[in-house]
Amino acid sequence: MSRATPVRIRLRVDPVACEAFGYCAEILPERVALDEWGYPVIDGAPVPEALVELATRAAAECPRRALLLERVSAA
Amino acid sequence: MTTAAPPRSERLLRTSSSDGPVGPDLATHLSLHGPLAVPTRDDREWSHAVWSELAASGLTGRGGGGFPAAGKWDAVTRSGRRPLVVVNAMEGEPASAKDRALLTWSPHLVLDGAEVAAAVAGAKEIVVCVADDRDPSAGAVERAVLERAARPGGCPVSVVRPPARYVTGEESALVAWLDHRDARPALRVDKSVPLRLGRRPVLVHNAETLAQVALVVRHGAAWFRSIGTSDAPGSTLVTVSGAVARPGVLEVELGTPVDQLVARVEPTGPIAGLLVGGYGGAWLAPAHVGTPYAAGPLAAVGATLGVGVVVVVPTTSCGIAETARITRYMAGESAGQCGPCVFGLPAIAEDLEQLAGGRADAGVLARIERRCATVDGRGACRHPDGVVRMVRSAMAVFGDDARRHAAGHPCSGHDVATLFAFPVNRPAPGGGS
Repeated sequence: MSRATPVRIRLRVDPVACEAFGYCAEILPERVALDEWGYPVIDGAPVPEALVELATRAAAECPRRALLLERVSAA
Repeated sequence: MTTAAPPRSERLLRTSSSDGPVGPDLATHLSLHGPLAVPTRDDREWSHAVWSELAASGLTGRGGGGFPAAGKWDAVTRSGRRPLVVVNAMEGEPASAKDRALLTWSPHLVLDGAEVAAAVAGAKEIVVCVADDRDPSAGAVERAVLERAARPGGCPVSVVRPPARYVTGEESALVAWLDHRDARPALRVDKSVPLRLGRRPVLVHNAETLAQVALVVRHGAAWFRSIGTSDAPGSTLVTVSGAVARPGVLEVELGTPVDQLVARVEPTGPIAGLLVGGYGGAWLAPAHVGTPYAAGPLAAVGATLGVGVVVVVPTTSCGIAETARITRYMAGESAGQCGPCVFGLPAIAEDLEQLAGGRADAGVLARIERRCATVDGRGACRHPDGVVRMVRSAMAVFGDDARRHAAGHPCSGHDVATLFAFPVNRPAPGGGS
């Protein structure tokens, strides 16, 4: 990961794995909302660089490993 | 739906006058449709010619996805290993009878298409999937398989009986079942990547798609395209039911105005709306019944070809009550994996049931739309998305009625007997989530 070309990432939920623990919304409320049943709602936009570290933590903390970080391929 | 009488069809469901309660045997089939020579060893020249003809025909999948059939072959063939060909005749959609009709009246045409697909893709094995509650059509295709096994050199075919649930026919769920796992859909980020069984790629085609392949191989792309429209060539099978005098499976040219299609089955009274595509399809308003029956024009009015289903709902029925029943049924058919589907569909069904009975609170219409927006696109498969599309279209087509219901004035049709079939929901595999 070089500083000259930062890798852009986005978040995706694996809805099969997700069991609505909700840690992701606690760690990254800027990008994760919960629906009325407690499941995360996430848009597919790239995560701003300032939030990448938190996004990485949110993915790592998910007990079901249901929050996925995807590289955004260069357009 | 029953298939007691031979369906009305020019291309796909030819039967001879001597056929009794079953479809033509192999010899009769070959005399009706013409001979078909499929090479028993890899023949690249033949395969390329067939693939080119299929691509030129513009045939799209008839199982609901509507993707170009040739594209699927391409993806599987490029993977380099010998694939497995799967004939998907699960037909979990309760309003559909076309795949049953094909297996009953034209099993050899479906098997011809499967053999062609197998030969082009280099497959040495074909599996036909018929739901475990469909003994008559499974029996018909089993007889046809036995008859063909007597010929030298054919590709081995087995008939298997996955559990009859709406979602089992979703192709990744079907492949999971064949792999001895629960028949539940997988999250697929890129659908152009072929499904696999172990290391083998799997080519899954709907039964009608393969019957169409068998015709394209015999008669060519130009023949296939000689009916239909340039964007939507050929014919397709449609199951029409509801308030009609002659329900059943029809073959129609793509692009036929929907009202002409419906006229063939003789509606019994004024129409309130048409459910098009299936229980995960969309309602079509009477103002749009002149829409050409093809993917593009239907998409322009928010509808879809889906699995080739049209249900005619008359003004004596309540579209809201029917929509509530369909939604409740579809909630019970969830594979039970994804929270938004497991919790969202029953919640929307509950809202609709209260609305239908005139018992809902003032916020019900806004709540239905909010819940539809919440659920849309958040499952591993498209099951919740289809239900959301159907519900939203109902709120548009029956909008005036919905507002009267919401104000506590349900229409007189809300307790009229349903026109839809609702098989008993079986528990989701694996016990749900």
